[in-house]
Amino acid sequence: MSVEVHGTPRRATILWLLLIAATLLTWGLGAADVAGHLTILVLAVLSFWKGSVIILDFMALRHAPLLWRALTLGWMILVWAVIALAYWKGISR
Amino acid sequence: MENARNTAAPGPRLAGDLAIWFFILAELLAFGVFFAAYAFTRAKNLELFNAEQQALNRGAGVLNTMLLLTASYFVVRAVQAAERAASAQSARWLLAAICCGLGFISVKLTEYSAAFAHGVSLSSSPFHMFYLSLTFFHFMHVILGLVILLALWNGARKGRYHPGEMNGIETGAAYWHMVDLVWLILFPLVYVIN
Repeated sequence: MSVEVHGTPRRATILWLLLIAATLLTWGLGAADVAGHLTILVLAVLSFWKGSVIILDFMALRHAPLLWRALTLGWMILVWAVIALAYWKGISR
Repeated sequence: MENARNTAAPGPRLAGDLAIWFFILAELLAFGVFFAAYAFTRAKNLELFNAEQQALNRGAGVLNTMLLLTASYFVVRAVQAAERAASAQSARWLLAAICCGLGFISVKLTEYSAAFAHGVSLSSSPFHMFYLSLTFFHFMHVILGLVILLALWNGARKGRYHPGEMNGIETGAAYWHMVDLVWLILFPLVYVIN
């Protein structure tokens, strides 16, 4: 058998349902308007987790050479770090 | 060829053409710079950004997030079907993904027309400038993604993708997932965090 990099339909379906649930949770947190560091942290973690599912499972980079995982996940870490820095700068003015 | 692939020792494999991955990295960098510019401009104009963000249609943003995630899921199913040499199934999943993409376009156009009716323009405020340019830049990527999905759908209908020839469908799928990935940061950043 060749290396099956795209996983099983069952796994894809479960991940899709979890992604939709996480999106609804993001909406709920936004609608509740509970501004605060903890809320922002939860939003960032949810978004980061969703992105990593897209990268590792949907883009199938879980089975790619390490360099490609490092570049894409590293991009996401860097982007969120910059957003966090700007957020921190905004509230500590 | 098929034999060589099947007997090859399992090892890391990058799904899709190497060129698309360089292209994806370039796109991610461009969006990254855009996100950083938004975040730091917001930090200097907190009150304005928070007030104008409240006027955005967050429900439309959530609906669009779900449409993109679902389209990505359908694309994964299409790739998996091609891996099983089930071309007709693969084409059906791709068509479903295209419908979700068209749904995204419709929601976004409705959102834009409502915003324009309220006097939102590139020059009406720093927030509006970012909101319009960031989301429109992404919107153009969705349109290109749809063109790619249409080409894949056409190929799948002709039975072009099978375990011996996955490169085309994997390359197109990677681009579509990139469009989804970028939205997953754009949506909380522009629509939710305040």
